[in-house]
Amino acid sequence: MNVVNSVPVNSKILPPTPSSRLLPNFWQSIVQPHLENAEEIKAWLEINLDEQLHFTEHLLLITNRRLVYFCPSKTHADIPNVSVHEYVYRPDLKLVQHDHAGVYKLELFEHHLRIASWCYTLTSDTSSARFIKQFEQQCTSFISGNPVPVEATEPCPKCRYPLTAEQDECPQCSSEIDTPPSTWTLFRLWRFAKPYQWQLLAGFLLMLASTAATLVPPYLTIPLMDKVLIPYQNGVPIDTELVGLLLGGLLGSALLAWSLGWSKTYILALVSERIGADLRTITYDHLLKLSLEYFGGKRTGDLMARIGSESDRICVFLSLHLLDFATDVLMIIMTAAILVSINPELALVTLLPLPFIAWMIHIVRDKLRTGFEKIDRVWSEVSNVLADTIPGIRVVKAFAQEARESSRFGEANQHNLAVNDRINKIWSLFSPSVTLLTEIGLLLVWAFGIWQISKDEISVGILTAFLAYISRFYTRLDSMSRIVSVTQKAASGAKRIFDILDHVSSVPEPSNPVHLDTVSGKIEIRSAGFRYGNRAVIKDLNLTIEPGEMIGLVGHSGSGKSTLVNLMCRFYDVSAGSISLDGVNIRSLPISEYRLNIGLVLQEPFLFFGSIAENIAYGKPDATRAEIIAAARAAHAHEFILRLPHGYDSLVGERGHGLSGGERQRISIARALLIDPRILILDEATASVDTETEKEIQKALDNLVHGRTTIAIAHRLSTLHKANRLVVMDQGQIVEIGNHDELMASEGAYYRLYQAQARNVDTDLDDVISNETIANKEASA
Amino acid sequence: MATINPNIDFTLARNVAGQLQFTDSDGIVFDNVNLVRAFPISAPDEGLSIISKEGHELAWISSLVDMPIQLKELIEAELAQREFMPEILRINQVSSFATPSIWDVVTDKGNTQLTLKAEDQIWRLKNNRILITDKNGVNFMINNLEQLDKHSRKLLDRFL
Repeated sequence: MNVVNSVPVNSKILPPTPSSRLLPNFWQSIVQPHLENAEEIKAWLEINLDEQLHFTEHLLLITNRRLVYFCPSKTHADIPNVSVHEYVYRPDLKLVQHDHAGVYKLELFEHHLRIASWCYTLTSDTSSARFIKQFEQQCTSFISGNPVPVEATEPCPKCRYPLTAEQDECPQCSSEIDTPPSTWTLFRLWRFAKPYQWQLLAGFLLMLASTAATLVPPYLTIPLMDKVLIPYQNGVPIDTELVGLLLGGLLGSALLAWSLGWSKTYILALVSERIGADLRTITYDHLLKLSLEYFGGKRTGDLMARIGSESDRICVFLSLHLLDFATDVLMIIMTAAILVSINPELALVTLLPLPFIAWMIHIVRDKLRTGFEKIDRVWSEVSNVLADTIPGIRVVKAFAQEARESSRFGEANQHNLAVNDRINKIWSLFSPSVTLLTEIGLLLVWAFGIWQISKDEISVGILTAFLAYISRFYTRLDSMSRIVSVTQKAASGAKRIFDILDHVSSVPEPSNPVHLDTVSGKIEIRSAGFRYGNRAVIKDLNLTIEPGEMIGLVGHSGSGKSTLVNLMCRFYDVSAGSISLDGVNIRSLPISEYRLNIGLVLQEPFLFFGSIAENIAYGKPDATRAEIIAAARAAHAHEFILRLPHGYDSLVGERGHGLSGGERQRISIARALLIDPRILILDEATASVDTETEKEIQKALDNLVHGRTTIAIAHRLSTLHKANRLVVMDQGQIVEIGNHDELMASEGAYYRLYQAQARNVDTDLDDVISNETIANKEASA
Repeated sequence: MATINPNIDFTLARNVAGQLQFTDSDGIVFDNVNLVRAFPISAPDEGLSIISKEGHELAWISSLVDMPIQLKELIEAELAQREFMPEILRINQVSSFATPSIWDVVTDKGNTQLTLKAEDQIWRLKNNRILITDKNGVNFMINNLEQLDKHSRKLLDRFL
């Protein structure tokens, strides 16, 4: 196709957004003949599903005067047959998009009549929100005659690629995540080995020397045989001086090989242990920086296995197996050189089975690698069962499901066994085959050697030397073949570690961070959207929270309250729109600096293993004892802490056993108080405790809230009596905003809920909202 | 719509906006209702719920079998649109055995590509069925692993 650059006459004036980037070549030739003079392409969207939801390629195009739909017929020939539908802009045209289970649907309405609909799945760079906006802008501009307003663009915080307001994910950065890690994973370990390069070099030189030393003894057998033993058999007396010299040489070389071997192993083991430790630390550090999204998709057992046992396996591989292997390779090369220098013909015969064995190793390597990867996965399956069951042991016991859990574990174990069995089948065949080849090789050398001796081409001494060399040589080949399995194990371990290391946090650190000196705590959320998988959880949400204001978030579970809070904490990044603190986008603030301004109190407080004082000071490890006590007092935790046997030094476990829910909650409140944050987030902080405790916690919270920007999620409205404004959410959107009195006056969802709770009826917010919508329906019908 | 089945005291129709319109026994009309299968994978024909656009259940259909034919057709057409789960018939090629990996697949809906983000996006279900969720949340199904051709099975096996 030669029509490459015919359209982009106007492309320079367009902002470089995905939907207005150059049309793919395939479409350009199709689209071009259908465009009228002075008609400009403003945006396009590839539609990859037809009405029957079959995968085909269609195109929707927005120009400055109409919406055009190109639908090629079945044959994808060079001159495709295209049917074209056009919708010239007119008032009352509206484009609506919704999605379900990964399938997006665009519908074109005129008044309430649907005149067209298209389905597509999300491909890498389609931004339909942007497409709809373009449609609206072009449509309005076409009808009114006013030009389309120019949009402000904001560059990607990471790579400075210009982004528009709707486009949140940078197409440049996000495509990087899709590239799979290289298969030469083990070589990537060099990054960790680099700091130790001099030690490694020293180790390598020692290895060379020690290997050379081990090759001296067989060489000494030649004169021993030819100059001493055979002449003796022919009646020449033994030359004791020569024998002494030769035996001394044997002993000396053995001693030399011993000392060199010892120092090389020691140095290299030392280095590899350090590489392993670095690998573990760096992986763990990287893991901690990943967003909550990553942890949501991974199971604890699997991650623990990766950082713990996999890195250890790599370490053993480096210090033991790789070292042996390198020594073996050196030995083979040196031996081959010596053999060729003694007698090229016999050397050729001796080395003949070598390529054969190498080929066999290669064949088996592939089979074993996939097998070992499989074993790894199965192994983490086994540990996942453990990680699931042990924390949930109370549920298991309460429902008397020990037998079921045991069989689940047994099943995983069986799977493990089956995979191992399959691998062992190949593996067990492998070693004996190598041994067999070794024997055959020896046989070959014997036969050829005897033939050569009979022709007087070589001496008996040379044959014995050869036999001595190759018996070493072949045993090394045998052990070298073992490297295959360990290398594969280490490589798959390395791959799984690099899987973590290669994972780019979906909450990236800004490249040009902005620092806020004093934070007043004003939060602005502008047309924020967030998708979790294929579900839109937050849709086009706008909210401004003034410094020091307390906002109560109300809504049934699944309405997006917790997600909104997670977005404010930047546990996730918004997929559309922006959130800013004091007028600065939170994406351009350094993450940890930003989060230091946030105090978070969760429904299920998490206490780490350690003393109560350490737990309170978790966010500020250098806090003084006086500060800790002040925080505990303010959190109404001081008194009960003093009642514990060791006071502030009492140890609490990971789930804080020994403390009641309310007590744990007050410790977590003290923890939030201690860092003195400007923004406070209370996520159902009192939901899991009884009314009496709630009052206690409420008092603590009142101290905490004072003077801070607070966002509180609560099911019980009584906990929100201090809120300046209440925000009622439903299905990811804000339904009502106002203070208590206003919302009561407007008699909406909040009014009903309050009435119900005031009457002390156990009413769910869900019912209130549904009643309201039914009431609205009735009113509108 | 005349109802033969006494259990069905509602009517379902398509409105001008192309949405499903539900009218209950009291004559109250709900626009833009959704049809949802309760067990879309393990028992697709067993339970079906009609959900209002606010997400509340309006009617429960325990089985599609004894439905009036007209209603059944409407429901099935709507479900076909909603439930997009291409069945993988063959895996032509995978870009790498390490994730993320881009797969070239043949499905009952035609040829396409899917991006597998991680191995744990492949779920082994009962009866050799496999559910694969791609990067964009589209679900792909393999109905019977055993019946897949050898080439595809070999490729898939590297991820299981």
